[in-house]
Amino acid sequence: MNGLRVLKPGPQSLLQDGGRHGWQHLGVSPAGPLDLHAAAWANRLLDNPWGTPLLEVALGYLELESELDTWLALTGAQVAATLDGAPLPPWSRFPLRAGQRLKLGYARSGQRAYLAVVSGFRATPQLGSVSTQLREGLGGLQGTGEPLRAGDLLPCLAANLPRALSVPWPYQPDYRAPARLRVISGGDAASFAPDQVQAFFERSWQLSPQSDRMGARLLGEPLVAPTRQWSQGVGRGAIQLPPDGQPIILQADHQTMGGYPILGWLHPLDQARLAQCPPHHELRFSPVDIGEAQAELREFYRFFGR
Amino acid sequence: MIRLEPAGAEALMLVLAEQPDAQLPLRIALLAERIRDELGPLLRDLVPSWSSLLLHYDLSRTDHRQLAERLRPLLPRWLAEPLPAEGGRLHQIPIWYAGADLAEVARLCRLSVEQVIELHSATEYRVGAIGFAPGFAYLGELHERLALPRRSTPRTRVPAGSLAIAERLTAVYPQASPGGWHLLGLCPWRLFDVRREPPCPLLLGDRVRFLAVDEQTFRAEGGPL
Repeated sequence: MNGLRVLKPGPQSLLQDGGRHGWQHLGVSPAGPLDLHAAAWANRLLDNPWGTPLLEVALGYLELESELDTWLALTGAQVAATLDGAPLPPWSRFPLRAGQRLKLGYARSGQRAYLAVVSGFRATPQLGSVSTQLREGLGGLQGTGEPLRAGDLLPCLAANLPRALSVPWPYQPDYRAPARLRVISGGDAASFAPDQVQAFFERSWQLSPQSDRMGARLLGEPLVAPTRQWSQGVGRGAIQLPPDGQPIILQADHQTMGGYPILGWLHPLDQARLAQCPPHHELRFSPVDIGEAQAELREFYRFFGR
Repeated sequence: MIRLEPAGAEALMLVLAEQPDAQLPLRIALLAERIRDELGPLLRDLVPSWSSLLLHYDLSRTDHRQLAERLRPLLPRWLAEPLPAEGGRLHQIPIWYAGADLAEVARLCRLSVEQVIELHSATEYRVGAIGFAPGFAYLGELHERLALPRRSTPRTRVPAGSLAIAERLTAVYPQASPGGWHLLGLCPWRLFDVRREPPCPLLLGDRVRFLAVDEQTFRAEGGPL
């Protein structure tokens, strides 16, 4: 099969789809794109169904050469993309001909770009998904959980689309704006001292450079956590408080069970915003009603056809 | 008293007991099966743990209120169901007791190496939860004479197949990973393999016995060189 040849893989470019669901009872993490919003738009620009395999490109620096004529879409972080040296508009779909080179520069705003191709990149799914899980060694092009490497071929089909298309600008987020993230209360919040929950919302936090696809770690004046002994199932967006008092927000590659007390859950659509924050970015949190969050999320799923 | 609580916008937590007990994993496994049969299409994932069950639901089809309404009348009936007499399949897993921490564990527990092996392999364990990593089954309950806190500095890499202990628990690491437990031995079998159906032979509520084998048997059973 033909496809796109990887000339430079960038620091961490990962194949992702809708995630590996239905295996958490065996300890398998769901994985999937960190920024569901940008990933959903990349697929939608090409009329791909939700969860079609695409690339999550952390920090940019990816370089590809095409072996066929097809169309791509690029969303998420602004990475100064060029096609044979000509700049490409952000959050848009564009044609790519055999022999042409696509080059992504450094991410100037945001952390992760999403690159989709018509009908998706082809790889053999494991447990129903091609999503790359680095820690578990699952998914990716070879099925070993590895990021892209120079020389890899991203198999895909030739395709033609009628015209260029961009995401309407009100839907293109400004990742440089302050991040105010909404939190659904619950979990062990009732067993925290009330002033500690209040402190979480009143204090300003920084995103730690030690964050990864498993968890976003926050830096700030430590909170006092209650203890919890028995591990329970945990989900994406859970805000855990380990004994050092620095919260960890679980992301796509989260473990399936955890024993730290949980303060609440990040609004699922704000997890996308968090995924685009650079290290040391200032984060502030505010409470949101669960019904309101669910209504927005349902609308998001309906719009993108999940 | 069962508690049903939303766990974010797309999950419902069922807290089934405040403290786990020996029979609870089997009961939770049975409950998970009933819920899967009855409400499967509304759910994306079920995560049983020591004393709870987390249901990740499909928000396009239901929400925590609807789900709780459907579960409430059914829960007492399911939880009152008699458990299978034997309860859980029995797995006999060969172990070559030659782990890096065996001598250290013996010293800390004031036992001989032989006594550590004997105490560890004499107990029938039960799978209380599966998590941490794919196929990582927490087995309880370890003999109290072998109970040790986790290592103060976790290892950055524990080899795949390592049999380990911590507190009142024991487990086999299915893949190489970081880990803070004490290593007693090596299991020659792959305990998680996506090419097999099911990928993990151990299920919640199953029973496990470890059989001490020598190096030769370990190799013959497929143990890596």
